[in-house]
Amino acid sequence: MSRHPLFMPLIIVGGLIFGFGLGFSHMARPEVVIDFLTFEDFGLLFVMFGGSIVAGLAFWTLSSTGGSAPLTGRPYARRLKSFDKNVLIGGSVFGIGWGISGICPGAAYASLGVGNWPVLYALAGMFVGAYLQGVWRSEPAADAAAVPSDD
Amino acid sequence: MITDLLGSGAIETLFPNGISRYAIGGLLVGLGTVVIYLGTGITAGASTFLESTLSYVSDRSRFAQYRASRDWRVVFTLSIIAGAGVYAIIYQGDPWALAGSAWITEVAPWRLFLGGILVGIGTRIGKGCTSGHGICGVGSVSRTSLVGVATFLVVAIITANIVAAFGVTP
Repeated sequence: MSRHPLFMPLIIVGGLIFGFGLGFSHMARPEVVIDFLTFEDFGLLFVMFGGSIVAGLAFWTLSSTGGSAPLTGRPYARRLKSFDKNVLIGGSVFGIGWGISGICPGAAYASLGVGNWPVLYALAGMFVGAYLQGVWRSEPAADAAAVPSDD
Repeated sequence: MITDLLGSGAIETLFPNGISRYAIGGLLVGLGTVVIYLGTGITAGASTFLESTLSYVSDRSRFAQYRASRDWRVVFTLSIIAGAGVYAIIYQGDPWALAGSAWITEVAPWRLFLGGILVGIGTRIGKGCTSGHGICGVGSVSRTSLVGVATFLVVAIITANIVAAFGVTP
């Protein structure tokens, strides 16, 4: 499979901006997330809404043109996933983990970048968790129902 | 104006650290997502990296489905780390000095590890995390993502308050 030569450079630029933003927003600090979840500081609302509004404007504008992306030929579309009970079950398990640790995947990567080496405990845990659910859900019967996710 | 409506001090109470760092940071997170989307049409989330990277060491079908994207997801994650590193070098400690730039959490390792396991399980079963559902999904006004975000947010608030009530700090 050949990719456009600018594909990886673009991923790098996007990732750099994304990571810088997570650092700047302080969401890479578990303490800030925990303060948000315990109503000490509501600032994190601006991170999620600010980010989703910017992304949403681009998704809506581009997907309404019916065009496709220059580097992949992939049609511009919104991110739509099917709904089933896994969204509720997984969301609840994620919520418990997020409430205990104050860290989510993207913020964990950024947290490593700001020098927070103990976040390696969280990253190790995430790989263990992702592996466990993968083993449970890779059984032949479960596979037919497995839904690919792009997150 | 808003201060008048809420009474003086309300803004300071709700946002003791101001809002600019959060708003600017959030706009940049959105911008990073948009840059990738503009060129590739991909609505990139952060948590798929966990499973796609496991496909390097495991042949389980659940991980193998991500083989095609696993290389750029590694690059994406390394770039997120590097971008946050640039922030740290500029804004943490003396500007552009590497020494003293690191910020280190005081949250207990057991909280990070145990929470991390549940985050790893939950984000993958629940079809997304704070970036996939929270940024891309909410930006797409996907009902699935709106329900997903409401679920993990409410459960996280309850959990964090229970942990705090038990006197676990930080």
